[in-house]
This record gives sequence, C-alpha cells and structure tokens, in this order.
Amino acid sequence: MIDLQDIQRVFQVGDQQVHALRDINLHITPGEYVSIMGPSGSGKSTLLNIIGLLDRPDAGRYRLDGIDVTTLDDDSQARIRRDKIGFVFQDFHLVPRLSAAENIELPMILAGIDATERKRRVTHILARLGLQARAHHRPEQLSGGQRQRVAIARATIMQPAVLLADEPTGNLDRSSGHTITELLEQLNHDGITLIVVTHDNELGRRARRRLRMIDGQIDSDHGSS
Amino acid sequence: MKARDVLHYTWRALRSYRLRTALMLLAMAIGVAAVILLTALGEGARRYVSNEFASLGTNLLIVVPGRMETAGASPSMFLGETPRDLTLHDALALTRIPGVRRLTAIVVGSANVSHAQREREVTVVGATPEMLPIRHWRMKSGRFLDNRDISLAGSDCVLGAQLAKELFGNRSPLGQWVRIGDRRFRVGGVLASQGESMGLNTDDLAIIPVASAQSLFNVPGLFRIIIEVRSREQMNKTRQAVSETLKRRHQGKEDVTLISQDAVVATFNKILHTLTLAVGGIAAISLAVAGILIMNVMLVATSQRTAEIGLLKALGALPRQIQTLFLAEAALLSLLGALLGLAAGALAVRFIIWLYPSVPFATPTWALSAALGIAVGTGLLFAIVPARKAARLDPVQALAR
Repeated sequence: MIDLQDIQRVFQVGDQQVHALRDINLHITPGEYVSIMGPSGSGKSTLLNIIGLLDRPDAGRYRLDGIDVTTLDDDSQARIRRDKIGFVFQDFHLVPRLSAAENIELPMILAGIDATERKRRVTHILARLGLQARAHHRPEQLSGGQRQRVAIARATIMQPAVLLADEPTGNLDRSSGHTITELLEQLNHDGITLIVVTHDNELGRRARRRLRMIDGQIDSDHGSS
Repeated sequence: MKARDVLHYTWRALRSYRLRTALMLLAMAIGVAAVILLTALGEGARRYVSNEFASLGTNLLIVVPGRMETAGASPSMFLGETPRDLTLHDALALTRIPGVRRLTAIVVGSANVSHAQREREVTVVGATPEMLPIRHWRMKSGRFLDNRDISLAGSDCVLGAQLAKELFGNRSPLGQWVRIGDRRFRVGGVLASQGESMGLNTDDLAIIPVASAQSLFNVPGLFRIIIEVRSREQMNKTRQAVSETLKRRHQGKEDVTLISQDAVVATFNKILHTLTLAVGGIAAISLAVAGILIMNVMLVATSQRTAEIGLLKALGALPRQIQTLFLAEAALLSLLGALLGLAAGALAVRFIIWLYPSVPFATPTWALSAALGIAVGTGLLFAIVPARKAARLDPVQALAR
C-alpha cells in the first residue's frame, strides 16, 4: 500500500545542502508493524513526514494505495491525510484550550461529520481507551499517558489505514510508555498499518519489521515479509 | 467543516485569550461608539436647527432692511448711503400681494417692565395681531393684540408666562396696568409657555403694538417683516412680487434682503448633514485603526498558534479551512466589538439626551449600518493577510515549534 521509489529530500541549511533522504525505496503492505530506528539526523522523521504527506520529496515517486500522491495538490493531500493517515507525536500536540473529547472530535469537525455522529464515535473510543471520566478534562489536567491516549484516539477516530507515530513514548515514563506501546500494538492487531519512529531499542525491537536508517539511507531492513 | 463548528472553535479561541480579546473588543467598541456618538451629535444639531425653523412658522419669507451682500463690499459702503427704512406702509403694501396669506411687522427692543414694586428688564417686541398665527404661538389666558389698524399705537400688551408670574405672582395680570419704559400698558393676555425659539425666549418678553414700540424706542423703521406665504409652491412668485413691490416703493433701489425660511433650513440641513458625515468619517478612522489592530492581533495569533496550525494540517485541514477559522475569529472579534460599541454608543447618546433634553440627539440609521459595516469590513479585510499566512504555513516546521 505504501510504495516509495527513489525518494530524495534535500534541505538547504545556510549555503549547504543536506541530503535528508537519499534514494529511499520502501514497500509496506497493509497491516504491517514497522519500526524505524537510527541516530539523530538520519532522516527517520523526514521519512515519516513524507509518508504522512506533510512533506514533499524533491525527487522520486510515492504511491499510496496505488495513487501517485507526489503530484497531488495541497487540498487533495490534505483530504488523504484526513481520511487515511493518523499521526501520533512525541509531545502529543493536543489543543490546550479544548477538552479531551473536543480534541478527539477535531478531525471529524474538519471532515464535516455531524455532531451526533461525532458524539457517538467519541463516546465509543473514550470508553474503549478507559478515558470516559476524563472526557471533559483539558490536556493540562491529564497525565502524560492519558494525553498520549487522547492523541491516539484523535489519530484513529477517522479510522485511517496508516498510523504514524513519531517517538510516541519519548515523553512518557516507563509504565505509561508501555501502556501506549500496547495500545498501538492492539490497534495494529486490529488491522491498522503501524509505523513507529523511535530511539528506544526496546520499543523498536518489538516491531515485526525493523528498519535502520543512517545518513538518509535505509541501512538495514529486518523481518520484511 | 460546518458553520456552527467554526463558530464554536473560534469562540473557544477568543475565550482562551481573554486579555487579548478584551482589548480588541475595547478598541473596536470605542471606534463604533465614537461613530455612533459623533453622528448623533451632528444629527441632533441638524434636527435642532430644523425644529427651530419649523417652530418659527411655516412657509415664511422674512424681509430684512438693508442689502446684505455676500460678495464683498456694496457701493453704498463707499457712497455713504444709508439704507432706506422699512416702514409700516411698506408692510401694508405687501399685504395686497396675492401670495401673502398674512404678515407681521416687528420692532424689537429692550425695556424695563414694572408693576407695583417689581421690575424686570426684558425684550419688548412690537408686533401686530398676525404675529400669533404666524409664529404658532398659543395663549395661556386673555387675548393677543387686537388692534385693527396696525399703524396706530395702542396701550394693550401681552406678557410672557414667566414675566407675568414674576410681576404678578399667582394673581391674574389680565386688565392690570404695567409700565413699559416710560409708558403704561394694560395687560390683555399672557402667552402660554413654549420655551425658546430662535434665540427668543417667549416666556420672558412683553409684546406691544408695533406702532407703540416704534415711538417707545423712537425708531422710524421696522426690524423685520415676516410674511407667511399661502403655500410652498407660491414661495418663489411671492418672493419676486415682494421684492418688486418694495423696489418700486423705494425709488427703484433694492435695499432689502429677503430670506426664505425653506432656503435657510435647506442650507443649514446641508451644512449640518455634511458636518455629521465629516465627524462620522473622522470617527471611522478609529475603526480603521481598530482594523489594523486586528491584523496585528491575528498575526500574533498565527505565530502563537503555529503548532496548532501544524496539528490541524496534520489532521487533514485544508488550507482554506484554516483560513476560514482565522477569518471567522477576526469577524467574530469585530462583530462583538461593534455590538458592544453600539450598546455603549447608544448609552452615551441617552446620557447626552438626559443632559440636554432640548436637543433631539439621534444616531442616523445610515451611521449605524455604516459603523457596523466598516467595523466588520475592516476586521475581515485586515485579517486576510494573517489568515493566508496561517493557511500557507509549512506543517513540518509548524509542528516543530
């Protein structure tokens, strides 16, 4: 479903050109559980951003579900992001003035889903994640683990095909990090394609397929099907 | 994205930056209130003048002795010529013009009016019986002047309500004698209290026959002749006839000035309307300033909320949707500010009416809609740049903030 061919991404830093990604060729099938590891600046996040259509490659072709998405305009890319891709960030990125329930609602508001359906889905997912009691709390009133669960609920509320997680446990203590990992794996078990960028070896090793990146290139690819 | 959700989202944003929102509302409200208040003052002045002229009577043509030149000096200034007096005979001649319904000749002076031990100095108006219907005055008691032949002096007088009260207390002044200057007059009636009109306080004056006033003040001429024309349509024709009659009577010299009330009212209306527009426009500048403030605030908001914009983009918000959210925020801000301003302005106008009840202050409708329109218009206009900036943010960089 995710098919990257000869992807290049070059950043201009001052008068230097930095090759964040060089000749990336990657194929990921639906339902896979992939971890991307590597040192800082090896291009892990850039790769994730390109897969998530937040960034455009300078060269190469990216096909998602058979559609060449590299040539699509901003609006079409935004719609694909909304409907097919969920993001989970290291620092949660919850909107501070909105309650947990309202944060989870956001993607559905953008998609124009009506209020009763939104409420139904939010109630359902809050119950599933054991956050009913926290529905009307604002992010600052939640623990780190709870915030990340709200963020995951928000990322999956549109039932995307792919869930992209950038250091999802990076800001959490061990036990809540573990809970989040299990939640992500449960979602993968239910069919979502899960791609995790991480520094954490323990988390990275749990994935069935493990990519290692060095200097903008995929150095090793273990466990690919 | 549904309109209700946009509204809800922006409302939450406004509420979470309370101080910022409050200051913006204040700026917008001051602008709108200024427009409301200043135009109300201008409009009040216009209506006041308009009402004053209306209270003077209707379809009036006023004859003033002497030629008032609007274009520089008149030859008489150099030749030492004095304008011919306007006489009672001139007035009598004018009554024969068909368009003239009635007219009154007046002489104005100031004299002491006394009764028993009480004495007051008041304005004394020499007039004719026609003064009452022309000026739309009403009597409180007794009757107005009723001498048939206006060229004869008489000893009847009419007192203003306040003057009567001060001289006679609660006793009826009817039939009593008062001394005006060095003559004695018998009080025939008292005017009903009708306040001030064109600088003449009708409550505090004495009215005597015009011929008596001429001899009292020792003036041969008249101060004014006030003509009531039969209808508005006959105004121009009558004006011409009056002018010709007087010219003929004054050996071919045009030495009077005719002022038609309509022309004066129209001129004042025009001047005061322009003035209202001008002060309204000046006040509207503060609205433009408020608009620029909104632009600044929205620019700050885009940088404050960069991460949030990045998030919205990651969640699949279209650039257009982000633009809509920011524009909606500016629109809501300026609309709420404008409504606050309307309320504050209306309150201020009420306060001024309470202070000066005699002036009919009122914000003209055009100013209300213009203030609202300009407020929301500038708010939106100046929010376009920040909103587009927000919509164009690069999501990766935005999220990294």
